[in-house]
Amino acid sequence: MTIFEYDFMIRALMAALITGLTAPALGIYLVQRRMSLIGDGIGHVALTGVGIGLLTGNSPVLAAVVVAAMGAIAVELIRQRGRTSGDIALAILFYGGIAGGVFLVGLASDKSNANLMAYLFGSPLSASRDDLVVMGVLGAGVLAVTVLLRPWLFAICHDEEYAKVSGLPVRTLNLLIAVATAVTVTVAMRAVGLLLVSALMVVPVAAAQQLTRGFRSTMHAAMGIGVLAAALGIWISGTAGAQGTAPGATIVLVAIGLFLAATVGAAGWRFLRRRTGAALGRLGGERAAPVEIEPPDVVLDR
Amino acid sequence: MTAGNTPIVAVDRAVAAYADRPVLRAVSLRVYAGEVVAVLGANGSGKSTLIRAALGLVPLSAGTVRLFDTPLRRFRQWRRIGYVPQRVGAGSGVPATASEVVAAGRLARRGFPRPARNADRAAVTGALAAVGLADRVGDPVGTLSGGQQQRTLIARALAGQPELLVLDEPTAGVDAASQQAFADALQAFVDGGGTVLLVAHELGPLQRLISRAVVLHDGGIVHEGPVPEPAGHHADPTHDHVHPHGPVEKPGLWSGP
Repeated sequence: MTIFEYDFMIRALMAALITGLTAPALGIYLVQRRMSLIGDGIGHVALTGVGIGLLTGNSPVLAAVVVAAMGAIAVELIRQRGRTSGDIALAILFYGGIAGGVFLVGLASDKSNANLMAYLFGSPLSASRDDLVVMGVLGAGVLAVTVLLRPWLFAICHDEEYAKVSGLPVRTLNLLIAVATAVTVTVAMRAVGLLLVSALMVVPVAAAQQLTRGFRSTMHAAMGIGVLAAALGIWISGTAGAQGTAPGATIVLVAIGLFLAATVGAAGWRFLRRRTGAALGRLGGERAAPVEIEPPDVVLDR
Repeated sequence: MTAGNTPIVAVDRAVAAYADRPVLRAVSLRVYAGEVVAVLGANGSGKSTLIRAALGLVPLSAGTVRLFDTPLRRFRQWRRIGYVPQRVGAGSGVPATASEVVAAGRLARRGFPRPARNADRAAVTGALAAVGLADRVGDPVGTLSGGQQQRTLIARALAGQPELLVLDEPTAGVDAASQQAFADALQAFVDGGGTVLLVAHELGPLQRLISRAVVLHDGGIVHEGPVPEPAGHHADPTHDHVHPHGPVEKPGLWSGP
């Protein structure tokens, strides 16, 4: 653990931990809506914000928050229309966003290539104290929304029509999710980069739901897995190889590794339980008897 | 509870269309306190559209809707209504326990940012018990059978302790045990002074509860009054009314308008 003697490694670790905690807390709502890839698209759009920030001499992070929020609201409006042409509109928005970003970053700087790579794939090692403060504040905002408003956000993501008939402020909550997505993307930009943001929103959730039964437990497990992946990823990237590996990519690979481990572990656990259940059934029977036999019916689980 | 002659639901000359296809042709419907009204009809008759329009989920191109004597546009007392949609989306991308799904039905009564109190938790457990799922509280909804998922959605509506229940095809594709549990829960709701508006393809054990039936055909009301006698081979006492398409019907066919 000697790598954490360096201040920049500590700051990198903190940047990664903030990201690992917040990204899955928001991502779970996107996964529930089956909009897992929206985070990726918003990340593309945020790059245009970065370009505008660099070009005008403003903070790239704040410009990215604003532009990504506008992109996320546009996505939400397209989703509400809910027709097939929306698909094309999203594609134009996302690729327009990343092309515009690359174009503007190129205009803004003579050493644009390094700059661009830092935003696209993350550069937690260069995070400054001020960067961490901004990330911490934005991350705390995302956590406050996603954790405290969980029952309401769950309701609109689970069954939007029902939420409407319950009189919930559905439109406001949808816009809140959209803006929180944009903020999360910008928080994660420093740690894993805009192209890998979506992975930390989705993969920890996918891993967690191999192990959990409810929404709340999935959320908590996903946040734990996100933090674990972030910490392990920074450590591995600092110690592996002579020069170390790219931190963002390493974190994502660790998260995918945890997903595979959770999937294999859950399958193995189910297999073992079935085996022991069958063995118990041969021995005595009471415990292994099926709890309830229902007449066959139609299961409309989509 | 609204007494006397003011209807709880008043739909007047409602007209609705999907694209260019008319679905409702000037349909009027009134539901009074304490009634159990069944809207019957074949697939595509407009029966689901009618109750969805009454809740503001389908826009009307003409006609008016009043809920609890308030125009739909200005209606805000949604806690008085419990809605049971057709059973799609009970399972979702992320696992959710039965009690988490049912707790969503409590939100209308809870008020926007207020944390759950003991009364809210008690209402959730009580509603699940009322539909006979007390032992499945912590189970993921996705692992429940179709009938149990449907009962979960009914528990969600009951958890808000509404005065009016609106149910869209509550018994479609539901096993006999669940239909009976559902009929019992509905009976208890009606005995407690509740009003029910439901859409059904067939009534099954619900028939004894119905106080009035409205039959829709091609977007218009063709019968209003007692539940019509089964006709043709449906009237045969040995006809067990299991539709051949029932068990094999693909998911999604019920999700249409």
